[in-house]
Formats: sequence, C-alpha cells, structure tokens
Amino acid sequence: MNPNYLDFEQPIAELQEKIDELRNVGSDNALNLEEEIQRLQTKMQQRIANIFSDLSPWQISQLSRHPLRPYTLDYVDLLFDEFHELHGDRSFADDHAIVGGLARFRERPVVVIGHQKGRDTKAKVFRNFGMPRPEGYRKALRLMHLAERFRLPVVTLIDTPGAYPGIGAEERGQSEAIARNLQAMSRLATPVICTIIGEGGSGGALAIGVGDCVNMLQYSTYSVISPEGCASILWKDAANAEEAASALGITSDRLLQLGLVDEVIPEPLGGAHKNPAEVAESIGECWQRQLEELDQMTTQQLLERRYRRLLSYGVYKGG
Amino acid sequence: MSWFHKLMPSRIRTEGGSKRTVPEGLWTKCKSCDAVLYRPELERNLLVCPKCSDHMPLTARRRLELLLDPGPKREIAAELEPEDPLRFKDVKRYRDRLAAAQKQTGENDALVAMVGGLKGQEVVCCAFEFGFLGGSMGSVVGEKFARAALESLRLRAPLISFAATGGARMQEGLLSLMQMAKTSAVLGRLAETGVPFISVLTHPTTGGVSASLGMLGDVNIAEPGALIGFAGPRVIEQTVREKLPEGFQRSEFLLQKGAIDMIVDRRNLRDEIATLLSLLTGGAQPKAVSGELVES
Repeated sequence: MNPNYLDFEQPIAELQEKIDELRNVGSDNALNLEEEIQRLQTKMQQRIANIFSDLSPWQISQLSRHPLRPYTLDYVDLLFDEFHELHGDRSFADDHAIVGGLARFRERPVVVIGHQKGRDTKAKVFRNFGMPRPEGYRKALRLMHLAERFRLPVVTLIDTPGAYPGIGAEERGQSEAIARNLQAMSRLATPVICTIIGEGGSGGALAIGVGDCVNMLQYSTYSVISPEGCASILWKDAANAEEAASALGITSDRLLQLGLVDEVIPEPLGGAHKNPAEVAESIGECWQRQLEELDQMTTQQLLERRYRRLLSYGVYKGG
Repeated sequence: MSWFHKLMPSRIRTEGGSKRTVPEGLWTKCKSCDAVLYRPELERNLLVCPKCSDHMPLTARRRLELLLDPGPKREIAAELEPEDPLRFKDVKRYRDRLAAAQKQTGENDALVAMVGGLKGQEVVCCAFEFGFLGGSMGSVVGEKFARAALESLRLRAPLISFAATGGARMQEGLLSLMQMAKTSAVLGRLAETGVPFISVLTHPTTGGVSASLGMLGDVNIAEPGALIGFAGPRVIEQTVREKLPEGFQRSEFLLQKGAIDMIVDRRNLRDEIATLLSLLTGGAQPKAVSGELVES
C-alpha cells in the first residue's frame, strides 16, 4: 500500500508504480519503452476518470483529508504576491492551527485567515492536526477587526477536523471563542469570503466561516459532525462512518442544492493535489468575481444582505 | 419466580411486592444523594433536592412557568414543525425519532418561546426541551430562537434563554450547524440595539448551543453543578487520554475559569434575573434598531 494514495486510489497507485519502474529501466537501457509508458498513462487516466466519475460521499470525505491535498499555506503561496503572517491573540498564545496575516491578492491588500495542517509528523503536531484552540479563534477575530478598521476584505480558507477537544481548550473557553466569532463575523463591516478547501469540521470550521460568500472546493466537505463521530453516536459504532457520510449530506454538490453554499470550485481529475496551481487559479477567479460584486454595495447593504442570508437558513414547516 | 414464592399461597402472593400500596410517582429518589423525596414537596422546591441541592431537570414549559408572572402569556412560533430535508436515516429514521419525541414531550420541537411578564416587566423567554432529542438545535429551534429575539427587538423587551441541550442536531446536517450562525447573528442585533440578553445555562449545555447563543449573554448565568462545555467529557478523555480533573466542565469550574458571570440556585433565579434586568434597563433608553438607522 502506498500511504500517499487512498484505498480506492490503489489501482491508480499500481499503474503509477509501473510507469515509474519503466521510466527507471528506460533511463539506463537502450530499449525504447516510450510507447508502453504512453499506453499505461492513457490507461491510468481512464482509470482515474472511471473512479472519479462516481465517488461516494465517504470517498469524497477521504479525499478532503488526502495526505497530499494542498493546505492553506500552499494556496497562500500560489494566490498572493505578498504574505506577512501576523501572530498571536494578544492575551494567551499564538495558535499554530490557524494562520493569518496581511496579503496582496491581485494587487489588492486583504487579510487572509485559514486553518493550517501539517504535512509530516513533526508539522502535524506543531499544527495540532489543524485543530484550533480558543487562542486561534481569538487571533482570527483580532485579524478580522484589523481588516475592518482598515477596510480590507477578509478571505478565509477552511480546513479543520474541528475545534480541539482538550482540557486547556475548554478551560480557556472554546465555546465562547467560537460563539464570539460567529457574532462578530455576522456584522463585520467589510466583505468576507469563506472557502472550504478540505475538511469543514463543524463549529471549528464555522468559527471562521460566516461571511458574504461561502465557496467549496469540489472534493471538500462541510459537516455538523464528522462521519465517524456521527456513526459512533447514532449507530453506536464508528465503523458505520460510510453510511453516516451519505446520510449527513456533506458534499459540495449536496450543499449547493440545499442553498448553504454559493459556489463550487471545480478540481482537476484526481483531486486538488494533482494540480494545486490550477485550483489556486480557479479560487482566485472566484474571489475576484465575488469581490467585484461585493464592492458594488455600501457597507450598510453588505451587512443587511449578510444578516438576511444568515436568518434565512433553515428548513421547517408552518409560519 | 423463586421457590419461596411458589410455596406461598396465592392470596398472600403480591406482584411487585409492597410498592403497589404506594400511588405511582408520589416518591422520587434523588439520583445524586439517594434521598427518598416526597414528590409534592420536591415540586414546591422547584425540583431541587432539599437534602443535597441537586438541580433536577425541568421541562421547557415548567421553566417558563417558574420564571414568568402568572398573568397572560403569548407563545411565539408555536406552529413551526420540523422537516426532514436530508431524509436522514441511521438505525432509525429521523421522521420516526421526531414522531416519538413529539409524542413523548407533547412539543413540536426542542424549544418553547413566550412573551410574558417578569415582576411586571415585559420579557421574551425561551427554554430548551431536553426531552426532545436531547434538546438538540435544528432548523425549528434556530428559527424559533430567532423569532423570539426579533420579538424582543420589536418590543424592546429583554430576552432570556434557558439552555438544556447536547448541541446541534445531527439529523439535519449542515442546516443545524448554520443555526449557530443564525442565532449568533440575531443576538448581534440585540447587542447593537441595547436590548439585554440573559443566558441561563442548565444541565447540560454543550456543543453547538454552548458555542453560539449559550455563551453570548450580556450576563451568563449557570445553575449549580451543570455540565457546560464545547466538547463532551467523553470525547475529551478519548482525545487527551488522561483522566479529567474533578469537577471539570461543571458550573463551579466555569466560574473559576471566568467563563460565566455567576451561579444562581434555581430557587433564586427569578429574583436574580428580575433584578439584573432592572439594573440593565435602568440606564438611558435603548437606541433604535439598526435597520431603521440612516447611515450618517
């Protein structure tokens, strides 16, 4: 098993391995293997297309946490000409599971905030697996108020399994930190664009996810609880995560239908990690368009629209 | 049946022992101190154990009844009923769970909201019904809360909420998560307008409700001994793999950590809330709602 491929991607991994082997042989051998490599590559493309034409919600959920998936700072590199990270919540610590700072997006200064996961074990621990503590949300809030003061748009990148369930996090008021952000973002007097790039894990995601536009990458997920968590509560067994993933409606197409997401940003065949630059370009196009639309509004209109959208969420009978 | 029972002549054999002579529900055992309590007296004591002061759960309607003056009351958005937008099914269908909860509690969903008097002052009050799917917040709870808050804005009457909930309702998926944003947004309007919001956290208040409306009170009050937090203790224990400290996530712990303003015994809640509101609303008159403000 190749750890950089998911279960359902293993057939792709096998072909890729064969191609790599042939390439190695080819380099120190006079034999011309190009034709064979070409054949395998076509076959691999077909296989990817096949697998990706009919992904289950559970498979998409795994893709959203793919070990090779681009993280916030990968997109920050690709999307901004400058990025100056700003640290700390000014009262307790700097949380490494949320990064933020001043950046220049297509010549326009913005404040960017995002969850950050780590790639290798050391980085994963440093980033706390992308699970923020209260100080992370408070840093985010501080940066949002900074943006408001200087009339800079806020763009957020969402990618977290959820807020960290730890003793210290509870002691320092995880609930209050999240609640405060929800309220502050609902009336932040500057445009706010939120984009889910990987895992949109519950309150920990929403705490930087209230804005004027909410976008999702095609293979990202956004959910009230993780499929595993839901399965262990309702099915009394985390092994039912696959069923829970289907039942919860966590995929971008489903959430677009439900009207909870404004735009789904397409990913290349095989997922965002196959071509991060292309995905960043699509995100950039989407933001550009949305910022231009939001620029047309007065602050009053912007806030009124955001408030009405928030109040419209819900499906019920009567009244 | 034991051999001794079989030996007994039928006329002295009784089913269920001597319990039959005691009317159903006249005595209640306190789960906290095991004291056997006379039910009518316990009711008079607002379901607080007279021996150990354990605060036992109250229904939403009983909460409102205990807080509000006996005079006329008006229920808000009583007609709202839940739907099943995801056609959610786990081991049971969401629809069946809803029907069972409705039958069991007599409520349409997990929140009851009313306009009434509190020592003569008009207030809007809502209470979570924990018996209804663990007091979980889905679309109906979010909408009812929002309407209660809007009513409170319209009347310039303080809003009071009693939380008793496990958090967001999983069976409505992301729609439930969005109720956190919705309720927080409407409370933002209240805050801008200077209409007070008192949040009372009762046992238990966790998850998405604690991380939205629960912690956004101008004054956050907890009943003694209530479990209040974002993540549940079991999840935390599994994550950090260590024993949780004594009293972790209880009201007294939250007070010590600075998360809530005060702990108030249920028997004093009505007086305390009325006093706080008279102080909060005793200053200058509230501003007009922001929707009516003209940008200057």
